[in-house]
Amino acid sequence: MSDIAAESEPVRVERATKASRIFAILAAALLAILFSLPWWGDAGWMRLIAEMAYYLALAQLWNLLAGYAGLVSVGQQAYVGLGGYFLYYLTGEWNVNVYIAILLAGPFAGLMSIPVSFAVFRLRGAYFAIGTWVVSEVFSLVASLILVLGAGSGLSLTVPILREISGDRDIRDTAIYLMTVFASLFVFGIVYLLLRSRYGLALTAIRDSEPASASLGVNTFRTKLIIYVATAACTGLIGGLIFLQKLRISPEAGFSINDWTVVVIFMVVIGGIGTLEGPFIGMLVYIVLREFLADYGTYYLILLGVIAIAIMLKAPMGLWGWVVHRFDLQLFPVGRRLALKPDLSKR
Amino acid sequence: MQWLNILIQGSLLGGIYALFAIGLSMSFGIMRLVNIAHGDFIVLSGYVAFVVVQGTGFDPFSSLLIVVPVMFVVGYALQRGLLNQTLSGGLLPPLLVTFGISIIIQNGLLQGFGAYDHRLQEGSIETASLRLPGGIDVGVFPLLVFAVAVLSIASLQFLFYRTGLGRAFRAVSDDADTAELMGIDNRKLYALALGIAMIFTAIAGVLFGIRTIFDPASGPIRLILAFEAVIIGGLGSMWGTLIGGIVLGVAQSIGAALDPTWQILAGHLAFLAILILRPNGLFPRTRD
Amino acid sequence: MTLLRTQNLSAFYGDFQALFGVDVTVEQGETVAVIGANGAGKTTLLRTIAGALAAAPEAVLLDDAPIGAKTPHEIVRLGIAMVPEGRRLFQSLSVEENLMLGAHSGRPGPWSLKRVYQLFPRLSELRRLPATSLSGGQQQMAAVGRALMSNPRLLLCDELSLGLAPVIIRDIYQCLGAITAEGTTVVLVEQDINRALDASTRFYCLQEGRLALSAPTKNFDRAALTAAYFGL
Repeated sequence: MSDIAAESEPVRVERATKASRIFAILAAALLAILFSLPWWGDAGWMRLIAEMAYYLALAQLWNLLAGYAGLVSVGQQAYVGLGGYFLYYLTGEWNVNVYIAILLAGPFAGLMSIPVSFAVFRLRGAYFAIGTWVVSEVFSLVASLILVLGAGSGLSLTVPILREISGDRDIRDTAIYLMTVFASLFVFGIVYLLLRSRYGLALTAIRDSEPASASLGVNTFRTKLIIYVATAACTGLIGGLIFLQKLRISPEAGFSINDWTVVVIFMVVIGGIGTLEGPFIGMLVYIVLREFLADYGTYYLILLGVIAIAIMLKAPMGLWGWVVHRFDLQLFPVGRRLALKPDLSKR
Repeated sequence: MQWLNILIQGSLLGGIYALFAIGLSMSFGIMRLVNIAHGDFIVLSGYVAFVVVQGTGFDPFSSLLIVVPVMFVVGYALQRGLLNQTLSGGLLPPLLVTFGISIIIQNGLLQGFGAYDHRLQEGSIETASLRLPGGIDVGVFPLLVFAVAVLSIASLQFLFYRTGLGRAFRAVSDDADTAELMGIDNRKLYALALGIAMIFTAIAGVLFGIRTIFDPASGPIRLILAFEAVIIGGLGSMWGTLIGGIVLGVAQSIGAALDPTWQILAGHLAFLAILILRPNGLFPRTRD
Repeated sequence: MTLLRTQNLSAFYGDFQALFGVDVTVEQGETVAVIGANGAGKTTLLRTIAGALAAAPEAVLLDDAPIGAKTPHEIVRLGIAMVPEGRRLFQSLSVEENLMLGAHSGRPGPWSLKRVYQLFPRLSELRRLPATSLSGGQQQMAAVGRALMSNPRLLLCDELSLGLAPVIIRDIYQCLGAITAEGTTVVLVEQDINRALDASTRFYCLQEGRLALSAPTKNFDRAALTAAYFGL
């Protein structure tokens, strides 16, 4: 009887692991470096890091959609293009301030994803994937037919618009760099918080078993819809920033499946689908491979394809998944662990 | 008369889309596998035919004698060696592996043949036409393609419903677990299924390569068109796929009549409309 | 002569262990019953023997040869056929097509469409209908017929009586008698203990994946059986 009295304190639900605490400190140091880069790095570095930042964001978003919500979309490039075109259209046609246009690009893409979902949510699995692709093709074709959007040749960001950011080129580069890094962190923050929330738990449940979670009261349709729209909105924001940097947009570039979906999927798959850490690793692998194989035409894409297939067959949890399996690590605490009191374990 | 012409041209176009769709339909029906690289295999067949034609001096029709067996072996080996391993992992592995294969084929073809357009030449039949009563001209080649599509579907129906192999295919499609308990070697059957699907994919690739130019990046649009034909027609019904192809072809023809640049878009919009209004397609049969 | 033997057979569904070191022997020509409560592992045992569930090669022996790691279709070829729980007829196939599919492995033997129709005359009348449009009892006959078409030496019957009316069950078990009279060895899994014990010469009782009791059915002590069944 006295044993029970001594064990009256309930078990605790813990979030952070020791490794994640160490990592948090390292991450803070990394962030300090990133934000100070404009003052000691050159434009080339800023462009590269900005590119890594937006690819990382796209990878986190695709991972959220496919790895957590089970919605394998091969059409996210639609929202990249929509965000980009929206930015160019608002600033070019309607003279809206460039900062406001960027802020609105995300919500615009999110809004557009709602009618899209009416169509594509009727499909499941791989058919859903192809359906999202069709939708992206539709947007691309429409853009190529509308004159005010530049039709087939597309649009350019004019100098007056760029001047709204700054007349000075260096300041402009810095501004765009910081905006991109910040947006990427913001997107990651949203993904992270979502997964930490009850939503995240619902998603994991849906991912594990949709019928079971539905029977437990999880509104699977609404959960998936919200994730789809949120992802689209974030993708649109990133799309706006990508094309702000590129200075030109065309249907082919804006809605390019190769640039915005193929490499993103490869990043997530190689890094580790369904984990928060995976996209980081996948993005790094991609960038390194690309830099090394830059001279060999499209061989790096073939290599990427082979690696992705090999990983899917031999190590479907990706590089990070392998690490987790081996070392039981988690750097971003989204899971929930039971912390047992020592006495309990003695029983 | 203009409308009749649109209808006829659209229907004939539908024949080629149905041919595109056969392979996709088969691998989904039997293995529940959606082959994202399907369109790329259609294009690959065109390139294989090109190589055969260059190497042997055969005309494209005769090259089928080599291309078809080659693609059959490719399909069999691919399923047996690679894709069979993806079937038990859920949704992602088959999708991502076939996606990887798609990228590899596209870029491999790009490296091997360059980004230029290619075309298979069959000669005068490409432009020959028949005059129908009412003054409508119908191309002989499109008519031939449509006939091949109908013949292909009919022969597959025969295979599925009148042979032991077809019986085994249907059983595996219904309940793969029990099929194995009845003595069916599932893995071999799946390989055979993809091999057979590739036969029709090869025919589609060669015929379409005669009709239009192709390049390494032409795969995805073929996949999308095949997919639209299958969905419009309804999953699980081969004849439904033919109807789906026809509906798609007619929609495209209507769009093209309004403005040639609207052709593909018109097809996509018709597809999306049907998806929203009749999500199971026009003639659904499978219980997925 | 021992036809089939399991030694220290364990089986897993992922991380979950369903069988713990089960030893079962089946002699040529006999009818053995496997009984137990729901979840005791009866179906798991049959599925492991049939190859649908993986096992160590030496854990299942047919004529003393290891078959534990073989695939289901290889095992059908060796002469073991299953009548699955819930019938599991192929819904896209007619009754006759289901039967013909049973012969897919091509094993020679006395069973043919004609013989199966002789055993189950009702099926002959219904042969062209979609298999799943039949009544429960007729489907059960079709499932048995389908298994027979592979000319098995050993027939595994999983819950023949599931969901059927008593008079139908009686008919089916009568047919089973005709099958065993041919010399076919039968292992039957049943929830209906009386049925199982009436039809068999020996029985095994499983309880939560373990062998709780094994004995000849003749003059058996029901009280001991109840204790073993419920793990008391």
